[in-house]
Amino acid sequence: MHPTIDQKALTRQLATAERRNKIKAFLLVLPLLLFVLASFIVPIGSLVWQGGYSDTFANALPETSKLLAAWDAKSPVSEELVKSFVTELKASKLKDPATPTRVATVVNRELSGSVSKFKQVMNASDLASPYKEKLTALNGEWEKPDLWRAMKIVSPSFTPRFYLQAVDLRLTAEGDVKPEGDENAIHLLLFGRTLMVAALVTFFCALLGFPIAYLLAHAETKTSNMLLIIVLLPFWTSLLVRTTAWIALLQQNGVVNDFLVAIGLIDNDHRLVMMYNMFATLVAMTHVLLPFMILPMFSVMKTIKPNLVRAALSLGATPWTAFWKVYFPQTIPGLGAGCLLVFILAVGYYITPALVGGQSGQLISNIIAFHMQKTLNWSLASAIATLLLIGVLLLYWLYNRLVGIDKMKLA
Amino acid sequence: MGGNTVGVHAFRNVPSMKLGSAEMKNWNGKLMLLGAMGTLAMSVAAAEAAQLTVISWGGAYTKSQTEAYQKPWMAKTGNTIVSADYNGGLAEVKAQVESKNVTWDVVDVETSEAISGCNDGLFEKIDASKLPKGDNGASPMDDFVPGAITDCAISTIAYANVFGYDSTKFSGDKPTKVADFFDLKKFPGKRGLKKEAKVNLEMALMADGVPAADVYKVLATKEGVDRAFKKLETIKGSIVWWEAGAQPPQLLASGEVTMTTAYNGRLFTPAVTENKPFVIVWDGQQQVFDTWAIPKGSKNKDLALDFIAFSTSTKPLADQARYIPYGPARKSSAPLVGKFQDDKTDMAPNMPTNPANMTNAIVQDVKFWADHYDELNERFVSWIGK
Amino acid sequence: MKFLKLNFPPYATGLEIAWFFAFRAVCIAIFVFLVAPILVIIPLSFNKESFFSFTSGMLALKPEAYSLKWYRDIFANGMLAPDAPLSLDWFKDSWMRSQWMIALKNSIFVGVSATAVATTLGTLASVGLSRPEMPYRGLITGILISPMIVPIVITAAGMFFFFSQIGLSQTYLGLVLAHALLGTPFVVITVTATLTSFDRSLMRAAANLGANPLTAFFKVQMPLILPGIISGGLFAFITSFDEVVVVLFLAEPDQRTIPRQMWSGLREQVSPTILAVATILIMISLVLLMSLELTRRRMERLKMEAHS
Repeated sequence: MHPTIDQKALTRQLATAERRNKIKAFLLVLPLLLFVLASFIVPIGSLVWQGGYSDTFANALPETSKLLAAWDAKSPVSEELVKSFVTELKASKLKDPATPTRVATVVNRELSGSVSKFKQVMNASDLASPYKEKLTALNGEWEKPDLWRAMKIVSPSFTPRFYLQAVDLRLTAEGDVKPEGDENAIHLLLFGRTLMVAALVTFFCALLGFPIAYLLAHAETKTSNMLLIIVLLPFWTSLLVRTTAWIALLQQNGVVNDFLVAIGLIDNDHRLVMMYNMFATLVAMTHVLLPFMILPMFSVMKTIKPNLVRAALSLGATPWTAFWKVYFPQTIPGLGAGCLLVFILAVGYYITPALVGGQSGQLISNIIAFHMQKTLNWSLASAIATLLLIGVLLLYWLYNRLVGIDKMKLA
Repeated sequence: MGGNTVGVHAFRNVPSMKLGSAEMKNWNGKLMLLGAMGTLAMSVAAAEAAQLTVISWGGAYTKSQTEAYQKPWMAKTGNTIVSADYNGGLAEVKAQVESKNVTWDVVDVETSEAISGCNDGLFEKIDASKLPKGDNGASPMDDFVPGAITDCAISTIAYANVFGYDSTKFSGDKPTKVADFFDLKKFPGKRGLKKEAKVNLEMALMADGVPAADVYKVLATKEGVDRAFKKLETIKGSIVWWEAGAQPPQLLASGEVTMTTAYNGRLFTPAVTENKPFVIVWDGQQQVFDTWAIPKGSKNKDLALDFIAFSTSTKPLADQARYIPYGPARKSSAPLVGKFQDDKTDMAPNMPTNPANMTNAIVQDVKFWADHYDELNERFVSWIGK
Repeated sequence: MKFLKLNFPPYATGLEIAWFFAFRAVCIAIFVFLVAPILVIIPLSFNKESFFSFTSGMLALKPEAYSLKWYRDIFANGMLAPDAPLSLDWFKDSWMRSQWMIALKNSIFVGVSATAVATTLGTLASVGLSRPEMPYRGLITGILISPMIVPIVITAAGMFFFFSQIGLSQTYLGLVLAHALLGTPFVVITVTATLTSFDRSLMRAAANLGANPLTAFFKVQMPLILPGIISGGLFAFITSFDEVVVVLFLAEPDQRTIPRQMWSGLREQVSPTILAVATILIMISLVLLMSLELTRRRMERLKMEAHS
């Protein structure tokens, strides 16, 4: 080759090598990335999609859906629409006997009481032309626009109504948005409660975690190792075990109440109600999440050199000033990391509130599970879940910016 | 953690360590692990052979079924049964049918749900005429008590929704009437109620003075429903909601409530076997059939049918009453009912069908609930949430 | 307690001494809050009554108020013949049919399989992530860690929809994949942490000496980052072993795991057997923690001796 270095070729070679290394590194990550994509990102995507999509009605009654879309939601419904509705509903039963009730349930979520009216239609055997008259004879409600308006709302497959419902708004048949009636408005309340619980739990964890982390960081190694085990024991113990423990402790005839009665602090007839309410949720969650606060604080405090505080003290600062002005500011990274981590985990908590929270201690995750498993309103569950997800991802982004995800350490 | 295991690697770098034997051990360990995983995988897979998944309500009730139905059937056929618990309702069956993941083979449902689920195509049809004859030779259609057979489900027992109290909590008068449940002044303390519209609305109306015979007539009107909710509202602040049948006795025992509704057998069992001071008030009891149904699309339909035919035959039904005071659905089983499993307690006075317990009783109107469940339960759920 | 050791300097003021004690008292109270709830259920699991509270007999320490029946119930619940005499057949019956035994088998099977998947994929990815040439490192790390951050109910719901469509719902494969996913962030975090202290020139040295990349990885890099891999795997296993929501959404009744069985125990058939199981689990964590601490101490001593 040429004795003088070909600058360009070298650059090219370097770039190729660089690219090859990049690809090599990327190929190593690829299997996991694909795995996470397939078993996590895609499922989450399908959830986000489900929150804006529900084709139960349009699938079962396609012609009726078209006619409803064309209807102005005010004028009396046409004979054509009614005929299409009755024949398609009856026909849908032949394909799958579950369909009419499924459709009725979807409509019922917009207008309570629809299921029974649909059942009447399904049970009536003599529905023929003129359909409108016959249907009205069956139940006067069919003459009023309300049922048809409800159907108009649920007929489009792509719909913002679940996302609106997740923030207590309703879509009207005209396509306007109005606030949910007081009877059913519950989601904003739960979002608010979840944020409040997460904030309170974070606060309590910080309050209880700070002295412990301080003690661990500045005790002799041997002592601190022993004490670390006490912190790690709950961390390594099953979440369900810890929740069980709180049930045994806090119930009416539980250990705490028994103890308070025994020492005469409370009367046997006035045992404290500490179980199946918000209090139980707060206590149990603080207990479960406390190690997540202590460990990051501990690892930061361990690196704080005592000489700055000593310097402050020897310069005449009071112990409090030395602590507050010199020591405390250095703990902020650990405190911040712990608080964010605990807050993120608390916002999505499900198991503990479900087991000890009773009615007043339910959080947003619990309503998601409720709609998933009990009402089977999967689209609404998805919409609420998506909103929660957005909130958590924002916090996660913040955590990444402030703390750095690669700084996350486990015990 | 990270810090802890760093030690392991330090250990490996100590030159004097005989790496050979360590590696050997390591390899043996791996082999053993592989072997163990294999056995485990096999036993996990073996469990998938001829096996039936039977879902019921848990606690003392499932235990009674296990003793009287499951074990004899397993012994007879050599198949295995996986049992699991649920808390009633059709949601889980619906979720399985909708997502096409039907994993339940037989499920214990109340008649009203059996009917509405059958209408909605959630359950397989069952031909009751193919069930075995009664031990007295009666054809199945004659042998089962009226209402026990529906298109998709065969009844096993009739139980009662009752309320009971902890007798140590009330020193003076004891509750005797359904109205006493709503009397927080005379009988202070929390109340346990099932988190469902069914039973509670009827109970509220009866407590409000509606005669048993008229309950469903009143409940069919808007005013009647309002009236029931108004009555419930009077104790709302004192209600502890339960979902599983095993919870009421637990709530009473832990002192969480002083009075609670319950399935009658659930209060009977701890009272008899553990001497718990639980007393059942029969006034205003509501009788319901429990039935076996097969979720549509079950992968073991024939096996499920065989199990249902076996368990609803005369002897197993009568045997169940040894373990829990629920009335068998076959007439031919009634004469065989004797004592509780302790061989001391007579079952007859503890049965919902005992005339002394029937003075103010209703039989749940399954048709009413098959039609109105969704509507009333929706209102109920949002009422609770407020 | 060691940390109460009194060695105040002579110039310590009364206030400082009072503060010293107050601070220690607060710390003790918090430690009690952390540990007491866990320890309190241990005696409760020996309750003779079927409820979750101390009876007067227990408080009076009467032996007849205590019983091992809930421990027996762990083995017996679900057996064909639980009252048969103790024999090999009894244990066989228990191993095949006891609800808790089935749950234990499932937990171990799913846990070990998920850990294997998570550890393999996670370690590979960590090696890639820690290479200086890795493109889009921040973004990709963020994505790989996210299963740990996203609320479990959301993950489980998404999996329920998607796995139902592709026939993975209610299968062991689906459960293993789901649990592997939840475990990978822990492996990635611990292994990348170990890799930051890994001297990459060792790999170049191995290459110079003629090792191909695979040999270099297994002979040089892997042994050095093994502690990270092991602890990552341990975390992945614990995650799976303690997971209940995904199992609730994705598993069929005979695939229930130990936490799922505990969950239904607490929600459905309330029985103190759970306390007995809980006690066993606590003992396992305690033994695990203690042995980790003891090995760590021994290693530290060995290291010290090696250096001196």
